[in-house]
Amino acid sequence: MLRKGFAFAALGLVLLAGPALAATTQEEPKHLEWSFDGPFGKFDKQQVQRGYKVYREVCSACHSMNLMYFRNLGQTGGPFYDPKYQNPNDNPIVKSLAHDIQVKDIDPDTGDVISRPATPADKFAPPFPNEPAARASNGGALPPDLSVMSKAREGGSDYVYSLLTGFSNTPRGVTVPPGKYYNAYFPGGAIGMPPPLTDGKVTFDDGTASTIKQEAKDVAVFLAWASDPKAEERKAFGFGAMIYLLIFSGLLYASYRRIWRNVAH
Amino acid sequence: MSGHSTYEPKSGFERWLDSRLPIIRFANDTIVTFPTPKNLNYWWTFGGILSLMLGMQIVTGIVLAMHYVPSADGAFNSVQRIMRDVNYGWLIRNLHANGASMFFLAVYMHMFRNLYYGSYKAPREVLWILGCVIYLLMIGTAFFGYVLPWGQMSFHGAVVITNLIGAIPVIGPSVTTWLWGGFAVDNATLNRFFSLHYLLPFMIAGVVGLHIWALHVPGNNNPTGVNVKSAEDTVSFHPYYTVKDGFAISVFLIMYAVFVFFMPDALGDAANYVQANPLVTPQHIVPEWYLLPFYAILRAVPNKLMGVILMFGAIATLFVLPWLDTSKVRSLRYRPTARLYYGIFFLTCIVLGFCGAHSPDDPVIPAISGPQLLDANLNSFVWLSRIAALYYFAYFWVITPLLGLTETPLPVPESISSPVLSHPASAPVGAVASPEKRG
Repeated sequence: MLRKGFAFAALGLVLLAGPALAATTQEEPKHLEWSFDGPFGKFDKQQVQRGYKVYREVCSACHSMNLMYFRNLGQTGGPFYDPKYQNPNDNPIVKSLAHDIQVKDIDPDTGDVISRPATPADKFAPPFPNEPAARASNGGALPPDLSVMSKAREGGSDYVYSLLTGFSNTPRGVTVPPGKYYNAYFPGGAIGMPPPLTDGKVTFDDGTASTIKQEAKDVAVFLAWASDPKAEERKAFGFGAMIYLLIFSGLLYASYRRIWRNVAH
Repeated sequence: MSGHSTYEPKSGFERWLDSRLPIIRFANDTIVTFPTPKNLNYWWTFGGILSLMLGMQIVTGIVLAMHYVPSADGAFNSVQRIMRDVNYGWLIRNLHANGASMFFLAVYMHMFRNLYYGSYKAPREVLWILGCVIYLLMIGTAFFGYVLPWGQMSFHGAVVITNLIGAIPVIGPSVTTWLWGGFAVDNATLNRFFSLHYLLPFMIAGVVGLHIWALHVPGNNNPTGVNVKSAEDTVSFHPYYTVKDGFAISVFLIMYAVFVFFMPDALGDAANYVQANPLVTPQHIVPEWYLLPFYAILRAVPNKLMGVILMFGAIATLFVLPWLDTSKVRSLRYRPTARLYYGIFFLTCIVLGFCGAHSPDDPVIPAISGPQLLDANLNSFVWLSRIAALYYFAYFWVITPLLGLTETPLPVPESISSPVLSHPASAPVGAVASPEKRG
C-alpha cells in the first residue's frame, strides 16, 4: 500500500511539476507556412529530396529511422517517385541511394555477420547497434528515432524547425549541465544534441543555397513526409469522399422533404 | 414485439418460413411498419448514427486485428506498419481511431437528448439502464483499445487507470496484480487487453439488441414527452424515419470524414506516436477527450479511494436517475426552470472536460493569483473541477428530485398531434430543440 502511495505521489509530482517547469522554460514553436498544410497541401518533391540529403549526411549519424525502407523513397508520393517504375524496387535512383549504405546481414553460406550494400527492400540502417551504444556515444542521451517525429511532438514540423534553428547562448540565470546545449524550444531548455546544422553543411544538388534555415526547413519537410507518407493519397481520397457524401446528403435531404411533404409534424 | 403484427407473407416460401421462424415478420415489425411518433426531431437520429458507428468499429476493428501484433515488442511497429504498408491501412486505422471519438460524440448527444426530453422516465427505465450498460461497456472498450498501439500515452494511461484499482482497501493491490498478469503493465496486460477489446464490442452488440427490444415495447418518446394516443400521432418507421435518419447519418459522416481525411491526429495525443517506455513518464497524462470529465472528477478529490468512488459514482448515478426524477412531465419543453438547470448541467460537463485536460494546479485565469483555499489555490483547475463535480452530483441527487416537487410546469399538450397541428405559433420550443422546426 505504502509503496503504491509513493508511486502515486511521485506520479502526482510529475503531473504537477513537469508542466510547471516546462511552462517556464519551453518556448512555443515558430509558426511557418508549409506546402503540405491544409486539405489540398502537397509535399514539394524537390524539398523532400533536399531534406533526405540533410538527414542522410547529418542526422543519420546519430538518429535511426527504423520504420523507413529505401523503397519508401520511390513509392507513390515519395521524393524519388518515378511513374516509369511503379515498383519502387526497380527505381534506379532509389537503388543507387540504397547502394551507398552498408547494412548488416548474415552470409547464407557461412552464417557470419557481414556488411553488404543495401537494396531498396532494406530498412534504413541504424547508426548504433543498440541503445547502450547510442547512449555511450552521446553523453548518456538517447537520440530518438525520427520515423514519426513530426507526429510525435506537439507542433509537428514547426517544432522540428524551431528546435533545429533554436540554439542560442545560454541566457543569464539558466544553468545548462556539462555536455548539454541550450535550446529554448526543448522542454527544460537543455538538450543533449549539439547544434547539428551550419551554413553550407550540405551541398544541395539543385543549387539551393544551404543556409541553416533552409536546411532545417527541408529536413523538417522530409520528416513530415516520412511521418505520414500516405498524406497525399489520404487527402486525394478524402476529396472524392467529401464530394460523394455531399451529393449523397443532398439527395437524401430531397428524398426526406418529398416523403414527408404530406405529414404535418 | 409491440402490438399486433401487420405482416402478411406474400409468397409460398414466406408463409412456409413464417410458421417456422418468423424472422421476416420480426424485421418487418421492427424496421418497416413500426409506428413511430411523427414529431421526432434531429436529436432522435443519433440512435441510427450509433448503430452505424458500432458496425463501423466492429468491421474496421476486425480488419485491423488481422494486421496487428499484440505484443509489447511488436504492437507499436505493427500499428505504424498498418499506416505505411498495408493497402488502405491508413484509411482503416484512421476510421477506427477517429470512429471511437465519433461514437462517443454521438452517444453523448443521445444521452443529453434523453435527459432533455425525459426519455428515461417510466415506462422506459429498463431501456435507459440498458443504455447506461452500453455506455459503461463503451468506456471499457475504448480504454482497452487506446492501450493497444502501445505508445507512451497508451502505456502510462493504462498504468494510471489500473492503479486506481489498487485504491480498494485490503484486496486492491492483489487484484491489480491479477489484472496486470504480473507486477507491472507489461506484455501480459497488453495481451489480455487485446482479447477484451475484441470481446466487449460483441457484448455491446448484444446489449444493443436488448436496448432496441426494450425500445419497441413502449415505443419512442418524443419531443413533447406526451404518450402516443392514436394512429394519427405516428408514421411508419420506413420510409419516414429511414430517410430522415439516413440524411442525418450522411451529414454525420461528412464531419467524420473531415477528421479521417484531413486531420486524423487532431483528437489524439502526440505522445502516442512515441513507443511505450516505462522509464519515461510523459509530462501530461491525459485520457482521450471523451473521458476527461470523469478524469477531472477523479483528480478533484485529494483522497485516491474517494476519487475513484466519485468517478464511478458519476456513472452509477445515471442508473438510478429514473427514480430520482419526481416530475410527472417528461419533456423540458414544458419545464422552464428545469431547462435552466439542465443548461447549467450541460455547461458543467463541458467545464469538467476542460478541467480534465489541464493540470490541476494550473490557474484557470492566467496571471491572477487567487487566495489559497485548503490544499490548493482557488484560481486553479482543481477547485474549478470541485465546484463542477459538486454541481454534477447536485443536479441528479438534489435539484432533479426537488424540482419535480416544487416547480409549476407549463401546460402540456393533449396529444402529439395537437401542438403539431397548431405549429409553429403556439408550440413551445425548447432552448436546444430548434431543429424540429425543419422539414
